[in-house]
Amino acid sequence: MTISNPTAPSPSGLASANGHAKVQELESVTIRFCGDSGDGMQLAGTQFTNASAILGNDISTLPDFPAEIRAPAGTLAGVSGFQLHFSSHAIHTPGDTLNTLVAMNPAALKTNLKDLEPGGILIVNSDSFGTSDLQKAGYTSNPLDSEAMKNYRLIKVPINKLNREAVAECKLSPREADRCKNFFALGLVFWMYERPMEPTLKWIREKFAKNPAVLEANTRALKAGYNYGETMELLPVHYRVPKAKIPPGTYRKITGNEALAIGLVTATQLAKKELIYASYPITPATPILETLADLKRYGVKTLQAEDEIAAMGMAIGAAFGGAIGVTATSGPGVCLKSEAIGLAVMTELPCVIIDVQRGGPSTGLPTKTEQADLLQAMFGRNGECPVPIVAPRSPADCFHMVFEAVRIATRFMTPIFLLSDGYIANGAEPWSIPSLDSLPRIAIQHPTTPNSWANEPQHENGAGEPGKFLPYKRDEWLVRPWAVPGTPGLEHRIGGLEKQDVTGNVNYEPGNHEHMVRTRAKKIQNIAETIPDLKVHGPASGDLLVLGWGGTYGAILTAVERAQRKGWSVAHAHLQYLNPMPKNTEAVLRSYKQVLIPELNAGQLLWLIRAKYCVPAVGLNKIQGRPFLVSEIEAKIEAILTGAPDVEITTTPVVSDGPSQG
Amino acid sequence: MSATTLPTLTVKDLTTDQDVRWCPGCGDYSILAQMKKALASLGVPREKIVFVSGIGCSSRFPYYMNTYGFHTIHGRAPTIATGLKMAQPDLQVWVVTGDGDGLSIGGNHLLHVIRRNVDVKILLFNNEIYGLTKGQYSPTSRLGTRTKSSPQGSIDNPIRPLSVAIAAEATFVARTIDVDVNHMVTVLQRAAAHKGTAFVEIYQNCKIFNDGVFDYVTDKSIKSDNLLYLEHGKPLVYGKDRNKGIRLNGLDPEAVELGNGIAVDDLLHHNESAKEPSLAYLLSRMVHPEFPECVGVFRAVRKPTYEELVQEQIVKAIKAKGPGKIEDLFRSEDQWTVE
Ligand code: SF4
Repeated sequence: MTISNPTAPSPSGLASANGHAKVQELESVTIRFCGDSGDGMQLAGTQFTNASAILGNDISTLPDFPAEIRAPAGTLAGVSGFQLHFSSHAIHTPGDTLNTLVAMNPAALKTNLKDLEPGGILIVNSDSFGTSDLQKAGYTSNPLDSEAMKNYRLIKVPINKLNREAVAECKLSPREADRCKNFFALGLVFWMYERPMEPTLKWIREKFAKNPAVLEANTRALKAGYNYGETMELLPVHYRVPKAKIPPGTYRKITGNEALAIGLVTATQLAKKELIYASYPITPATPILETLADLKRYGVKTLQAEDEIAAMGMAIGAAFGGAIGVTATSGPGVCLKSEAIGLAVMTELPCVIIDVQRGGPSTGLPTKTEQADLLQAMFGRNGECPVPIVAPRSPADCFHMVFEAVRIATRFMTPIFLLSDGYIANGAEPWSIPSLDSLPRIAIQHPTTPNSWANEPQHENGAGEPGKFLPYKRDEWLVRPWAVPGTPGLEHRIGGLEKQDVTGNVNYEPGNHEHMVRTRAKKIQNIAETIPDLKVHGPASGDLLVLGWGGTYGAILTAVERAQRKGWSVAHAHLQYLNPMPKNTEAVLRSYKQVLIPELNAGQLLWLIRAKYCVPAVGLNKIQGRPFLVSEIEAKIEAILTGAPDVEITTTPVVSDGPSQG
Repeated sequence: MSATTLPTLTVKDLTTDQDVRWCPGCGDYSILAQMKKALASLGVPREKIVFVSGIGCSSRFPYYMNTYGFHTIHGRAPTIATGLKMAQPDLQVWVVTGDGDGLSIGGNHLLHVIRRNVDVKILLFNNEIYGLTKGQYSPTSRLGTRTKSSPQGSIDNPIRPLSVAIAAEATFVARTIDVDVNHMVTVLQRAAAHKGTAFVEIYQNCKIFNDGVFDYVTDKSIKSDNLLYLEHGKPLVYGKDRNKGIRLNGLDPEAVELGNGIAVDDLLHHNESAKEPSLAYLLSRMVHPEFPECVGVFRAVRKPTYEELVQEQIVKAIKAKGPGKIEDLFRSEDQWTVE
């Protein structure tokens, strides 16, 4: 695999003599669409992504939207952006710097220009740079006239005007007509990068089937944008990013949240179990609920609970009833669910708790990504309360890891955390569609007969008599049987009070309590016997191991590969299983002179690794609500290996347009 | 109740090997005994019955019933019962709660399980006190109740459990009293037979921390004048000599003596199946000493249960587009093939 550092080509001397723009081939392009949150930038970005994916590029996306649904139009707080990295080779991140920026208004320009590379293409809607637009964005003069613009290839397009002309015959109100302008901009960029329009045209036909006027207008706007690019020869060249050389197969685009929803349905259907999904709406986990709520014909039952606690209780109740109980939330919701998660630990019932992490503490940064709930998932409950944790490393990996979560929960009769994050949840990448035969079948058994025999030790109250059902009699992995109400002869009671070993009766004896605490912990440790070893990408031993978890995978992998190509002795390992960790984790850590742990938090895996293995690892920590740039990790790797002074991640300049904006 | 002819269980079948640990004289003993009697008469097999409770004295109940049981956490029993009913709609699920568990820490869940009309039977043991934490005032304690946490008397307005349930659109609402054993069995049987959420308030004497708080409806010498047994279609008559009744004065109830121009026909007549819950609500607001307090079934109407609606949507979705196939789900977005 090769890593490109894409730069836009020089504009000089490429225009062809016959007036038709030439085509230039590029390996990779990073583009960002940004505008007001009402401008439809997420839609434009998604459509561009679809077109690129269908064309066969590898893709990685980074949607970035404000917490406010509709912040005042034109303000900095209301800017919404969608970044896409598309490439003719395998890529793992949405790109560090932009080759092309589409800015629909001054506020979008102001907040995003810093990410555009020198010489990059800047497309602006010049109709939205009037005096009041500039004022709302805090500009005192028109930035398009400034010296700074000389650093970019600025393309001013009067999108409002051109779009209105394009849709003039569709008999829309001026407001409705203006809503089509994202399609005009999209058409223009489609032309620039030789993308096929058909997938978007098809989407428009399906989406607006009931509204022919809007269907027609959006179609016209898209085509008008495309044709405008072509006829005006806006650029002397247009660009082609060929198909990526990725492993053969049938692919689709998938976001992390979609992969979780689809993975849950698949895992439970193959296990011949009912999926009961209970959740309270919370950003950024809500799309999972919305997706599953629309999958009723797959037999999925969804409950929109009255609160986070209720959602957890419903998942536990479903598990007690023999179904796969699942809930998803974000950090604040995990806080509320904690007591109930403890109940699931005590009663040893299998349920899956998905935490799509966001910036915290408290309400924090609802729409921004962070990895700061690891220690909460690990320890955030009363008592000795071990819960296994898995963490997908990319959007498509969510499918695999949620399968694992269901497997571990049911095999070990335990609640389990799956830690996703805002970046994985909303980001998209190609997913190689698996064949059903290749997927594991999770085998689940419910007892139908009593499990107590004549030669067993007797317990208090005669509970060890032959023919009785003993709800806490464990198998070789220390797992108790999952007997389901409705089964004759197995009537039993469970609850949150400490259990007597074997019988499950309420018991407060000191020795029994310690035994049960240790047994519950040992059971969770036993999971390590069933998970794959930690794999290393790079030399099996050497100077530096970069250890990560979760959504930082792509950035770390790319940075490590770049360092490897420069000849450094550095390897990458990524933990998808955080509790318990793979059995070879310590051996891997000890095979390198130094260990670097980059995280989007203040050092939580770092804390665990140091405490657990006494390895003097160091951290690289970014807490800005944004994913790592590859360059940030690369710089830290080099600093460590060259013994240079510590590298800190610089804070992006704060852009503010006044105290009232959230 | 024709179910009484199908006894498949005995009281002994329903008794567990666990020692019952309520205080001697606690009203909970009677409720446990009547519950076993009611269930033994219903013909529902033991394995189909589940008791789900929260935290508090009442919430120990599942340990003493030889059915399936789940002693959960404070206030959350309705949520766990809801999840369980989603998984197994055929089970007969009883939620046992108290005034603290159900109306304080779990108030939100109580509202929502009722408004969804999940097919569970909720028994709220109302003793107007926190027993398990040793005697603090509860959301149903009368104003001025002196406890260790309200030494000068409580100043928090009490709420009436049945008024809350009715406001939450309960389809079955009833009240009974721990010592009124035959009445309780009948009410429990009615609750069991109801399709949808059945909410039953049981006046329960806490011998230790709030003894005698319901004497006005349990003391044989005075209770007849303070207690009104509701009967569907019948006038609201009460009193030792059956000479008192409730009539409507404008929008308010009024306790009157019969005679002197007031006839039985002038009295309110009970209608438990009224479409609007106004009458049930009015009855739930009648409080001693101004009024007799009503027991019996306040409201019983049939509406679709949550489980039925969930199933209906699944059936509809399958009818419209056929049963979901995983392959289709994988291909719910445009695809491309790499050779
Ligand atoms: S404290 Fe009161 S309610 Fe609790 S068991 Fe004792 S008497 Fe019953």
